[in-house]
Amino acid sequence: MAGSNLTTTEYIQHHLQNLTFGHHPDNGWSIAHSATEAADMGFWAIHLDTMGWSIGLGILFLWIFRKAAKTATTGVPSGLQNFVELMVEFVDNSVKETFHGKSRLIAPLSLTIFCWIFLMNLMDLVPVDFLPMLAQKIGVLVFNADPAHVYFKVVSTTDVNATLGMSLAVFALIIFYAIRTKGVSGFIGELTLHPFNAPSKIAMIFLIPVNLLLELVTLLAKPVSLALRLFGNLYAGELIFILIAAIGLWQLPLHFAWAVFHLLIITLQAFIFMMLTIVYLSMATEEH
Amino acid sequence: MNLNLTLIGQAIAFAVFVWFCMKYVWPPVMQALQERQKKIADGLDAASRANRDLEMAQEQADETLRESKGQAAEILEQAHKRSNQMVEEARDNARQEGERMIANARTEIEQEINRAKEELRAQVARLAIEGAERILESSIDEKKHRELVDKLATEL
Repeated sequence: MAGSNLTTTEYIQHHLQNLTFGHHPDNGWSIAHSATEAADMGFWAIHLDTMGWSIGLGILFLWIFRKAAKTATTGVPSGLQNFVELMVEFVDNSVKETFHGKSRLIAPLSLTIFCWIFLMNLMDLVPVDFLPMLAQKIGVLVFNADPAHVYFKVVSTTDVNATLGMSLAVFALIIFYAIRTKGVSGFIGELTLHPFNAPSKIAMIFLIPVNLLLELVTLLAKPVSLALRLFGNLYAGELIFILIAAIGLWQLPLHFAWAVFHLLIITLQAFIFMMLTIVYLSMATEEH
Repeated sequence: MNLNLTLIGQAIAFAVFVWFCMKYVWPPVMQALQERQKKIADGLDAASRANRDLEMAQEQADETLRESKGQAAEILEQAHKRSNQMVEEARDNARQEGERMIANARTEIEQEINRAKEELRAQVARLAIEGAERILESSIDEKKHRELVDKLATEL
């Protein structure tokens, strides 16, 4: 356990708190020293740990793939190229099966989603205390911080901001594609003239608000469900890791068992996020 | 768990990563894959073409072989026939020659016999005449007569 003077509740809470930097009404621009301070900062704060890990892992992913892409030969591929080609083909097939339009964006988008989310999820398998303790040591030594105030969450996807950020980007793409294929009027028509339709104009006027309500819920449910599904799965997984870590010596076999199971969840969630993105985008581009 | 600026930061990072992936990662890998695909397809094509060529060559070789076998058989048959003919001819020739020789020998023998007979006849006549002359010269001498006849007999 990090800091043996903590109670179990404090330990868990400590683990679930992000390292937040923002404008506190009393302290000005600073790193939050507690959960309440972080909450007081409101919207204009940023989770340094989430951003750091996600950007770092994103760069790692792009660096590996770029390295393979630069030396890609048409001859017999080497180990790294083999792996990269495997991933690319897998994503490409998934996209081709679902998305029937033509787009240069969808396939690389899906590849990025899958690999990036997988890498971020993978950080869940690093023992829960390793990196936070390292961060605590650095925080104490370098920044002269109080060890109890150094919060550090390693798994970016257990931060709802991260998942929602990605799903909102996907949402923007959904709207962009819908408008590009159907036009603004077509998009608005899709929102207002479905699912209830009436031949007379007067009846239609009454039906339009109902349709708009239903379709807006449908539309907004896409990014929200996308984000919360990933967040919920990973948050729960992380929480169980923390709970296991709190029980003492018998944690090792339990950790192993849960890690093996979690490996499945990690891959599956990355895949689901990718597949649903493709499905949503293909729905957006298809005419009714 | 508060919603804050991280949301926007993450969305921007995501967009940048996707852009980078689309620009610098996806196209070269895809290109390499497609080129390899083309290469393999070409290779398979060439292989099947070569196979077809091989088959054709095999067929041709088979046909040539069959033809030459037929020719050889024909030649052999002709040779057999010819040799049989030759043997037959030689046998005929030999038989004729033998018959001719036998006939020659027979005529020669006949001639020889005739000549001998002629000679014998001449000698017998001469001996008879000689004997008669001698008998006439010493007809009384019994002893001499006997002797003479004996001598004649031995001379025959």
